[in-house]
Amino acid sequence: MSAANAAKASHGAPTVPGDDRLEELRQSTKTSFFGKLPIIKQLRIAVGWQKGMLVTGLILCGFFLLVAIFAPLIAPYGYSQIKDASGQAFPTQAAPSAEHIWGTTVGGFDVFSRTVWGARTAVIAIIVAVLCSIFVGVLLGLVSGYFGGWVDRVLVVIADAVYSFPSLLLAILMAIMISHGQSGLWAGIFSSGLSITVVYIPQYFRTIRAEVVRMKESAFIESARVIGASTWRIMTKHLLKNSTRTLPVILTLNSSEAILTLAGLGFLGFGIEPTAAAEWGYDLNRSVSDVTAGIWWTAIFPGVAIVLIVLGITLVGESLNDLSDPRLRTRKSAGEVIGSIEDTSVDPSTQKDAAEVVFTDPNTGDANEAPAANTVNKGDES
Amino acid sequence: MSGTQILNKDVVAEGDLAAIKNLSVSFVTDAGPIKAVDKVNLTIPKKSIVGIVGESGSGKSVTAKSILKLLPETATTSGAIYLKSRDGSQQMDVLALNSEQLRQMRGEEAAMVFQEPNSVLNPVYTIGWQIAEGLRAHGITDKHEQRAKAVDILKKVGIPDAETRIDYYPHQFSGGQKQRIVIAMALVLNAGLILADEPTTALDVTVQAEILDLLRMARDEFDASVLIITHNMGVIADVADDVIVMYRGHVVEQGSVEQIFYSPKEPYTKRLLSAVPRIGQKLVVRDEQGQIIERKTDYREEPIAVKARGLEITYPGHLMQPPFKAVRGIDFDIHRSEVVGLVGESGSGKSTTGRAIAGLQRISGGSLNVLGVEMNGFKEREFKPKRADIGFVFQDPGSSFNPLMTIAQNVAEPLLVHGKYHSLAEARKYVEELLEMVQLPKAYMDRFPHELSGGQRQRASLARALALKPPLLIADEPTSALDVSVQAKVLELFKKLQVEIGFACLFITHDLAVVDMLADRIMVMHKGEIVEHGDADQIMRNPRDPYTRKLLASLPIPDPREQRKHRAHLHELLAAEQA
Amino acid sequence: MEAKATAEADASPIKAKPSETKPKKNRISSGFFKFVVVRFLLIIPTIFILVTIVFFVMRATGDPITAALGGRLTPQELQARIHQAGYDRPLIVQYAEYLGDLLHGDLGTTLTDNQPVTTILTRYGAATFELAFLALIIALIVGIGLGRIAARRRDHAPDAAIRTFAILCYATPVFFLGLLLKLIFSIWLDWLPSSGRSSLESEMQFGRLVSPTGFYIIDALQLGDPAVLLDVLQHAILPALALGLLTAGVFIRLVRTNVISTYTSGYVEAARSRGVSEKRLLSKHAWKPALIPIITVMGMQIALMLAGAVPTETTFEWKGLGFMLSTYLKARDFVAVQGIVILIAIIVSVVNFIVDVISALIDPRVRY
Repeated sequence: MSAANAAKASHGAPTVPGDDRLEELRQSTKTSFFGKLPIIKQLRIAVGWQKGMLVTGLILCGFFLLVAIFAPLIAPYGYSQIKDASGQAFPTQAAPSAEHIWGTTVGGFDVFSRTVWGARTAVIAIIVAVLCSIFVGVLLGLVSGYFGGWVDRVLVVIADAVYSFPSLLLAILMAIMISHGQSGLWAGIFSSGLSITVVYIPQYFRTIRAEVVRMKESAFIESARVIGASTWRIMTKHLLKNSTRTLPVILTLNSSEAILTLAGLGFLGFGIEPTAAAEWGYDLNRSVSDVTAGIWWTAIFPGVAIVLIVLGITLVGESLNDLSDPRLRTRKSAGEVIGSIEDTSVDPSTQKDAAEVVFTDPNTGDANEAPAANTVNKGDES
Repeated sequence: MSGTQILNKDVVAEGDLAAIKNLSVSFVTDAGPIKAVDKVNLTIPKKSIVGIVGESGSGKSVTAKSILKLLPETATTSGAIYLKSRDGSQQMDVLALNSEQLRQMRGEEAAMVFQEPNSVLNPVYTIGWQIAEGLRAHGITDKHEQRAKAVDILKKVGIPDAETRIDYYPHQFSGGQKQRIVIAMALVLNAGLILADEPTTALDVTVQAEILDLLRMARDEFDASVLIITHNMGVIADVADDVIVMYRGHVVEQGSVEQIFYSPKEPYTKRLLSAVPRIGQKLVVRDEQGQIIERKTDYREEPIAVKARGLEITYPGHLMQPPFKAVRGIDFDIHRSEVVGLVGESGSGKSTTGRAIAGLQRISGGSLNVLGVEMNGFKEREFKPKRADIGFVFQDPGSSFNPLMTIAQNVAEPLLVHGKYHSLAEARKYVEELLEMVQLPKAYMDRFPHELSGGQRQRASLARALALKPPLLIADEPTSALDVSVQAKVLELFKKLQVEIGFACLFITHDLAVVDMLADRIMVMHKGEIVEHGDADQIMRNPRDPYTRKLLASLPIPDPREQRKHRAHLHELLAAEQA
Repeated sequence: MEAKATAEADASPIKAKPSETKPKKNRISSGFFKFVVVRFLLIIPTIFILVTIVFFVMRATGDPITAALGGRLTPQELQARIHQAGYDRPLIVQYAEYLGDLLHGDLGTTLTDNQPVTTILTRYGAATFELAFLALIIALIVGIGLGRIAARRRDHAPDAAIRTFAILCYATPVFFLGLLLKLIFSIWLDWLPSSGRSSLESEMQFGRLVSPTGFYIIDALQLGDPAVLLDVLQHAILPALALGLLTAGVFIRLVRTNVISTYTSGYVEAARSRGVSEKRLLSKHAWKPALIPIITVMGMQIALMLAGAVPTETTFEWKGLGFMLSTYLKARDFVAVQGIVILIAIIVSVVNFIVDVISALIDPRVRY
């Protein structure tokens, strides 16, 4: 690029064929604002299996979101309804029929309605958990990573200890603390959400801190320091935005863990009371004895719902992770020798120090140096 | 080997080892397909060193990797690469080989030496095991024979105590030794063609000379041909018999080293040669009328801007590491409006010194006075207003800008931080002037850093450093990430601005030729100490310290005839040192 | 920042000086022992932090007696019990006492059935470890095997299929997978028993043993009765599979990612350029360096398995620590819960220590 410019500046005409085509390439690669939106951008660069995964994941997530929003319209009955409009009690453990298309539970709930309403609980829990833990975790990570010192060391030891501890057990402890094991109405959702929050703060903390520590040494932060920018300015203007690039990946992967943890709590009887909201883990808990009796419908439907929503979120998260890591990303083969001559002597995905890579986008271009979002999937022990 | 891909007819001329015919390679990137190499034709003679020279993006690396078909899956090739086997009995088209034929060819007929020895040695295996792996792949399965051969070749490439150190892991060797080991791995298979992809770029200049000697040994003692890829004209002048000049995926010119250096045919080759910095070549800048501009003041009479006495800088140790003393008690002065060159190899403490002056690194002992402020135990709050008076240009123009801010925002940052303007909108006009000053079109203001080339980014970096018209500028290897032609432009701009604005400057670099072009005085650093300092001319012509002499002698001169004498001089020096 | 002290030896002329202080071959250096000692000492703060968190979290909103027996006793009786157990003293005093007891190996007495917590741990621990061990074997075989295939056949059909399988594995809550397995293999197909660790007959056989280990497979081998062994294994298959597949999903992903990253590294490319076959590149050159991060995370997963055992054991009525934990949770017996949780915390810390030492043994950069 620069060589070309230097050449042009001093001699005008390009010296070898291929120069002129560079100009065309530059024009055609201007991306629209729409194309820069997070998910959309990833959709554009994904190919093959990766695209399939991402699209499947997005469809599943969208589906559950819609179900959650329109639950009152979709579900024929309320989540705690055990009598129909005429006051006639629902049958218990009834096989799927016209009235109860997915059957009823031992308590007389309509399985279909409970499953639909459960989507709403799951989505609310994710939102509460993710929002709270992201906020606290990012803040702590930023401060701890930038200032270092003994506060940082203490926070790291605590976060590491908590991180290594099984999250389901931690969530149980938090549930005991918050609600003392007895979940009321909305408090149930919130205590589950908050338990999950506390469990995931260390993960955000660790990720952001690692990014900040890495970036603190980078030339652009040093150049801000050498300019004399205040600590506040460096943190807010330079560090914050740049350190949160890997967040979407962790966010999605943790959302799926949040659901599994919520369901695990419910399964162990520390979730939400059935009269407060529909919760899949609780329903599965009640279906353990049903299964032994061969009653499958009370277990299969809420179970499959959990699998599908977690599957959807995980697919999105995995795809984002792959796409943000140049080593894991798939690219199409050109098929034939086409294209313009570019200012990279080797494949940009493998060459870190191709100083003249011009047409990379801000995220993927720098992702070369960024450590792969090694979001250690901390396992879903629920 | 047999099959249609093995040719017996003579495609490759007698006396040649390999021929590339109409090779094109393209890759798929996010921005669409990119052609890295376009219809390249070249030949590699037997028992000779062929240098491919070109700037980044010229396709030189891709061409070399194509010979081993070591291209990523996204690459598509066309054309042919013909390679003769060592004994000359067979010829093969590399691009048409099947995977087993390819595997056999790799290492046996052609082997590769990579740029970064650190990343091409497997950290969890001993080097002996890694050398043996190559032998094993080519039919030598006897453990004792493998070991004997490995020890033998390690001795050949100058690894002392090879019998013991064959069982060491890569991290137990220094960078230069690692590169020797990588070369040993290529030589042990006795390949007819050694492909060396920027084998000395990651190394210091004194180590570079040793590695180039090894490549000559590969030709002279192993009768191999070497294809060396480099951007450094000095290296080419030092080792190459033949030269291929590449530019933007095309071969511009191929010829003997004498022809390329003394009678280049193509304008591009001429331009490339003229951009190479040489010792003794002073940079002269002119204004629009072509008048030479000179600095008005004599720096010797100017007040002192930076004064160091017994300056020490220590990096604290970690759990497993002792503290490391990077700077061991140095004294120096920098006058206002003077350019001081600080030269040294990696690990010499030169960058650390620069960072200490800019307040990026705390000093652990002695005294460092920067523009009247004592840096030993300084308080950030007190030093902060002084920061407006210090500009800093970083080595890597790619990473020294906030990637999420536009060029205008980045350049305006010091103006906003020091309250010269209250908003970007107010500052825009001035930022425009600044960009004009560094010869960047103002259309670039609203671009993001990654949308600029390296040279453009380094110009913008200069604009930012000079935004507050500081009396002191620290430039830490500002041109080492740039191609020579771009480097020439940036250095010229730098000189012009220095003459016009008259800032004092500490110019940190490993490149003696660059520092000679710019600096009034030079300090040579080695292992945390200043071994020699004085006027630039004196240091360059009459170096007194043995280290400076070796440094100068190791620097290859981009002139084959001169370099031959120069190399003899280096070998004399080294022999004297050994004795 | 400049690279600190790299090229010292290179500053010397063509023949580099023999280096003076290089460690000798195959002898583990003092640096490694230092590492082990330091790493071991780090367990103590970790356990201390976890114990502290567990203690204060459990006690934040009340005493265990009210939680367990509140409503069943009159307020006066409750008050008397609380006073008797010392739960009305300042929390910090109780905490100090708890730490002291812990050092003596005393984890308190359960409220609901009045047993020392340590007895519960010894009585039910073996069952949980047996389950975790079997599950780990399944997870390792499936995870490493499939993960390596996926990395090798990256972006092709086998990779896509394996990845889908892996994601399904960890998208399925272990208790739902357990229910599914039970439904299919025990209820519908009637191939395997649906719950418990063994049949009644086997239990009676175990009663004859002089020194039962509690590990039923070992006990069955002691008895030397193939029928008993078969019975024990039949009972173990489904729970081990449920817990193992969950972890296998994580392992597949872990192995695949790390092997891909070393498989595309410079040293593998360099080895390829010397003619080393793809098979060997994968099995040696890319595998060993990938193993370092893999082992670290695997260690964490092993610890997590103990937590995964809670819902698994509940689903299969596998009478281990997890089953007991869930029982005591339902009974709101927080003394017992606290004891079991702290035991798990200690195990987690120790496993992480062992894993760090193993990965240091693989990585010569730490060893020397």
